[in-house]
Amino acid sequence: MKICVLVKEVPDAAVQKRIDSNTMRLDRSGEKNLNPFDTHAIEAAMQIKEGGAIPVEEVVAVTMGPDSAVRALHKAVALGADRSVHLSDDALAGSDVCATGYSLAKVLESESPDLVLLGQQSDDGECYTIGAVVADHLKMPSLTQVIKIDVTDGKLRCERQAEYGYDTVEIELPAVISVGDAINEPRYPSLKAIMGAKKKPLDAKATGDVGIDGGMVGEGGSKTKVLALSEPPAKEAGEIIEDEDTNETVEKIVAWLDERKLI
Amino acid sequence: MAGILTYALHDDEGNFNKNSLGAISEAARLAGEIGGDAAVLVVGDIADDACAALGNWGAAKVYRAKSVPEGLAQPIVDAMAKVITDQGFSYALFGGGLLGFEIGAGLTARLNAGVTMEVTKVKVQDGKLIAERPILQDSKIADVECVGEPGIIIGRLNAFDANESGGTAEVVDVDVELSPWSTKATMVTRGEQRGADVNIEDAEILVGGGRGLGAAEGFQQCEELAEAMGGAVAATRAVVDAGWYPYAAQIGQTGKTVAPKLYLAAGISGAIQHKVGMQSSENILAINKDQNAPIFEFSDLGVVGDLHKIVPKLTEAIKAKKG
Repeated sequence: MKICVLVKEVPDAAVQKRIDSNTMRLDRSGEKNLNPFDTHAIEAAMQIKEGGAIPVEEVVAVTMGPDSAVRALHKAVALGADRSVHLSDDALAGSDVCATGYSLAKVLESESPDLVLLGQQSDDGECYTIGAVVADHLKMPSLTQVIKIDVTDGKLRCERQAEYGYDTVEIELPAVISVGDAINEPRYPSLKAIMGAKKKPLDAKATGDVGIDGGMVGEGGSKTKVLALSEPPAKEAGEIIEDEDTNETVEKIVAWLDERKLI
Repeated sequence: MAGILTYALHDDEGNFNKNSLGAISEAARLAGEIGGDAAVLVVGDIADDACAALGNWGAAKVYRAKSVPEGLAQPIVDAMAKVITDQGFSYALFGGGLLGFEIGAGLTARLNAGVTMEVTKVKVQDGKLIAERPILQDSKIADVECVGEPGIIIGRLNAFDANESGGTAEVVDVDVELSPWSTKATMVTRGEQRGADVNIEDAEILVGGGRGLGAAEGFQQCEELAEAMGGAVAATRAVVDAGWYPYAAQIGQTGKTVAPKLYLAAGISGAIQHKVGMQSSENILAINKDQNAPIFEFSDLGVVGDLHKIVPKLTEAIKAKKG
């Protein structure tokens, strides 16, 4: 079978994120990285491939984003993907969840995967929803926030935590699964894999190549509009103690607790 | 009709979810302002009077899809899409929780509709709903409007309060044809409890443990501290999923919501999903070695340091003080 892993380039965790007040979009300049949640999705794909319960011919990393997103694909390939696909087009800039999900579904359609894996959330948008949007466009069953995947008899047996405890769900392929970070510990890429990543095939696609309707994407095709940005109600900043001398620190904590009658 | 449709999640005994009831009350308030009714979709074989009782939270009408199973999103997407399309609802509103996210997202694709998630407040402007969504680790709030109808709004956990208004809802059965892909996922077991049953909701002092504990054994120091303070131990989702601590002690989006007098967070970064379950605590004390951890943004006392050094000494100091 063929597994496609959706990946995304996000601003590095150490970068102070800000919104561009002209476009109301996240300013994506500065140091970037592969979305940490997506590394778990790649690892899940590799474990299915190496597990042998079902033959996996190919793991393909797929992303949508500007030119710089190629680096996220290189990282995905260094982590084990066989090749990658980069959907990039100026027409896509400013796409919201609805438009992004549609675009990703179209590029995935051109790959006809048996399984689509992705991280349950992106580090920047905090939105959790793309998997379910993509799945409905692809007319595939889906489950999000999965923490265990077993392949048996050509089906997936997935576990996840929902409102009332742990659910175990059996899913027929093809399917779209978003994974939580508890599913595995992603491997570190070898130096050789990092060096070789740029030599693996990378297909660049524009909207026209995968049949995306230009009217449904970008800022014009989006179904939400950010009207304004504001500051949240100010919360009084808490006191911060740097632990230099632990005995002293503990004394301060005890005094703080005592003052509030918590001991 | 400028109505708002919500979805009421229930457990296997038919008890409705508190966040769903909150969404109903919020929908009733908003529908009143935009000139329409609040309605609810319920799936499964829920009794007439139990459905009608949702009127108590503000629902004018309950659409019941008896043949649609509860617990997985896609069959419910089929049911909601049908009701929204047939009845011409302007909005779908969901309370916080996992399933609402999935159903709302599925509807976005199905109806080519705008979606805003993690919403903490909804207001009305010119007859339209504007969703307030905190972004960038809650450092900014975006006002988001949906373009065209329907619009989909997914609340953050505990964002909407359930208010009893004392009404009775009209119950209407709907037949729903499931999409072929909606029947390809089946629930094997639902709501399995893992680990010991512990009570954290009644504790006045909670010591919460996160990934920073390093290993399951790290919880021992939390337990010793909690014992010294006369409290209980809670955990983040990450460590529960990793099997370090029982599910019953979990706080956050798919766990419990607590508001103790003191929440002492040990090795917890303070991700939004955890924050929503404990931010109403009276006093928040955080110990974390990462000075950039988001938990310091909403703690009353933040200690930047190694919890493995601090917590045992703190336990000793408290024991000594208590004599």
